[in-house]
Amino acid sequence: MSYFVDKDGYYGKFGGAFIPELLYPNVKELEGNYLKILASESFKKEFKDLLDNYVGRPTPLYLAKRLSEKYGATIYLKREDLCHTGAHKVNNTIGQILVAKHLGKKRIIAETGAGQHGVATATVCALMDLECIVFMGEVDIKRQAPNVARMKMLGAKVVPATSGSKTLKDATNEAIRDWIGNPEDTYYLIGSVVGPHPYPDMVARLQSIISKEIKEQLLVQTGNENPDMIIACVGGGSNAAGAFYHYLDEESVDLIAVEAAGLGVYSGKSAATSQLGEVGVLHGSKTILMQDEYGQVIEPYSISAGLDYPGIGPLHAYLHESDRAKFMNATDQEALDAAYELTKIEGIIPALESAHALAVLPKMKFEKNQVVVINLSGRGDKDLETYITNLKDE
Amino acid sequence: MNKLISLFNTKQQNLCSVFFTAGFPKLNDTEIIIKSLESSGVDFIEVGLPYSDPLADGPTIQNSSSLALANGINLDIIFNQLDAIKDSIKVPLVLMGYLNQVLKYGETKFCQKCKDCGIETVIIPDLPMIEYESLYKDLFAGYNISNVFLITPQTSDERIRKIDEMSNAFIYVVASSSITGAKGGISEKQIAYFERIKNMNLKSTLIAGFGISDKSTFNTACNYVNGTIIGSAFINYLSDNGTNTITKFVGDILD
Repeated sequence: MSYFVDKDGYYGKFGGAFIPELLYPNVKELEGNYLKILASESFKKEFKDLLDNYVGRPTPLYLAKRLSEKYGATIYLKREDLCHTGAHKVNNTIGQILVAKHLGKKRIIAETGAGQHGVATATVCALMDLECIVFMGEVDIKRQAPNVARMKMLGAKVVPATSGSKTLKDATNEAIRDWIGNPEDTYYLIGSVVGPHPYPDMVARLQSIISKEIKEQLLVQTGNENPDMIIACVGGGSNAAGAFYHYLDEESVDLIAVEAAGLGVYSGKSAATSQLGEVGVLHGSKTILMQDEYGQVIEPYSISAGLDYPGIGPLHAYLHESDRAKFMNATDQEALDAAYELTKIEGIIPALESAHALAVLPKMKFEKNQVVVINLSGRGDKDLETYITNLKDE
Repeated sequence: MNKLISLFNTKQQNLCSVFFTAGFPKLNDTEIIIKSLESSGVDFIEVGLPYSDPLADGPTIQNSSSLALANGINLDIIFNQLDAIKDSIKVPLVLMGYLNQVLKYGETKFCQKCKDCGIETVIIPDLPMIEYESLYKDLFAGYNISNVFLITPQTSDERIRKIDEMSNAFIYVVASSSITGAKGGISEKQIAYFERIKNMNLKSTLIAGFGISDKSTFNTACNYVNGTIIGSAFINYLSDNGTNTITKFVGDILD
């Protein structure tokens, strides 16, 4: 059984490229070139150089002693929060901007929800002197003003998505439409392991640096490159894909994917796609998505703007279906509590997204020598307002 | 015999088709819109199935879809509306919707309902040719349903030939590399593209859409293709004028 994409762009029955004919040439061009580009010496050299010297890789694998003591396991945090721009997102944007350059594209478009991927895209466009247009839901633009300002400061044009629910899924629709209208000079830089093949595979490969480093670092620190368990949060699923990637075939390593349960999985205000979703097609990919009885896409909810996506990447749909990964979830409150806890006992303020991964610790039973790696995908600076608002006086 | 193919056997020029969104402007406008279009001399009609995330449509059609959904439209209601008028209309109908709607409804149930309502042609813009060939071709054939493919200025000659072979109703010629939505005027670049397609001598009937909005663009396009589909311009007209003067909208294009 392989958990990697097959030659037709599928993970089991999930994936594929369900795109209008209008996008066929664009997607085909990328599909025909991405593996070649990723494997080329010039790409590998430039990618590594930028990851090392611009992003700040490798990121530390930190043994969280007090957290370990509290939960009775040996818990490591993979510190993606220390990446330039504050999250793992930049691993992907660095890689894809190099792909875009190899393809000779001049104009970069991206979608963003919370603004993290938008900032990471605007950053690499500034670095490479390329035109950058970021589509962002009108509602999100209001909710995430600091990131909008950052993108503009970086030289990007932020275009409000005013259709549908005016959030991430609509920003994605608008980006795809822009790509349809500008098929020749434009590169669509997708921010997660979603979209038509080859995006889910390409983004997973670019993020796989996370699990590559975990292996090397665990070997040095524990003498064994495999942990017993890896925990990561899943919205679209790019940080989880990166943290799981080199362990997919290591069946002894438990993979835990944590979704946002919002106000409760069945509260009607949730983003726990694997629990609430059914098979369908979203943004060019066959996957699991939240939809009503007529296939209309349901708007998800989470306190974390990075997790409120109505689908999951096709790789994750397959990991869920095949039981290779265990899907858990955490509510808004559980994530907040986990964030406050990590801040207090380890001095690390996590992003709200990453706090969902931490929030499943109290729900598990560990053995003392069990090695657990949590992918701390981002830092909490962007969420300070939410943290301050919800902090109860003690 | 497929009503659309019979039509194409007798008429190969200036074919006029109009698109509307089911459930817009009002939930139960489907009947009056179809009958008004038919009596105005429209050759065939596209019925849009409103979807929450219509990737290939522009803001005009998406807004009409959002409003239709807010009106409470769904696929069962649409099939009931179509079933109720099937014996009182002659004009061929084409359903246009997105793949996820068909998947969730159930592919077989969808085909059966189409058959029950006299629908013989569908356009599913996000159903790629390769998936159609492997998963849908035989199913659709079993219900005598023809699938319509799109081609764009970026589609290679080789791929156009393949699409021509796979098509048995018509080929939807996307007039510009763009989402739907009236853009006004037909450029020289578009004419060069139309000429390229025309000179390929394809077996399929060619119907152009995306950017056809009035008499002038209709006439220009019809110099190169067999007919056109008017979508966003009609939706805008319905928004402004309601359903009472549909005959005038069509008359202004055809007279």
